[in-house]
Amino acid sequence: MTKSTMTFRRYVVLAIVALTAPLGDTLLSLGMKRVGPVSLDHLSSLIYAIATPQILLGIALLICFFASYLASLSWADLTFVLPATSIGNVIVALLAKFWLHEQISPGRWIGILLITAGVGFVTQGPSYTETCKEKSAEHPLQSAGVQQL
Amino acid sequence: MSAWSDGRGMADAAMIAAIVISATVGDVLIAAAMRGLGDLDEIRAQRGLGGAIGAVLGSAKFISGVFFMALSFFSLLFALSHADLSLVAPAATSLTFVTNAVAAKIFLKENVDRRRWIAALFVCAGVALMSL
Repeated sequence: MTKSTMTFRRYVVLAIVALTAPLGDTLLSLGMKRVGPVSLDHLSSLIYAIATPQILLGIALLICFFASYLASLSWADLTFVLPATSIGNVIVALLAKFWLHEQISPGRWIGILLITAGVGFVTQGPSYTETCKEKSAEHPLQSAGVQQL
Repeated sequence: MSAWSDGRGMADAAMIAAIVISATVGDVLIAAAMRGLGDLDEIRAQRGLGGAIGAVLGSAKFISGVFFMALSFFSLLFALSHADLSLVAPAATSLTFVTNAVAAKIFLKENVDRRRWIAALFVCAGVALMSL
């Protein structure tokens, strides 16, 4: 049985999951471009790379992502959280378009439409599948076969 | 000679499969661990932030899940050193949405109804198009 366990606070946590993952990845990518290629002979340069502001911020955002992701999986299904949070890819692409003035190809626009539609589908439905154990803990009389008057 | 006949396509498919399978196993194990623990907000309210972190780190399923996520990451790095980024990254990321839906239905007993299947397929295609 599925049910909706979503509150405003939980939607905020999902928004944090959606935004911190792509933004963290983008910051790591920007930071590593500034550091330059790292060869296998000089792996120690990766330690100095951590001191780069973009990489530090990227790591902080990815830690926020992982904590929020774990919290969201404790009250919502994996098949709800993953599609719902994919809207972050769309937000980052739109930021790149309107903030960094990057070009978005027609294929990417179709991708943005498909992701948005997918997010719309999943968020309109229930967020959590109740197990038999949880159901019986909530309604002990019903699960024991006792009719409520 | 086609990419498949000289074995290059098979090798790319095997590397993508390794990334997708290890990422799916990792996601399912972490989701199972979190479901087993219950609402983290409630745990934090009762035992504080340290108690919540301790509960998560004390879960064998969580540790196994992180191991498989790390395996997926290193499989990706290995694949990127042999195949094109424009093939491996979109294929692996988008396929994981579908394999996660299948695995969540089988192993986590989630109710993956028509709405969730459509969402997984739409997001899978959308992520592939956006990464190309």
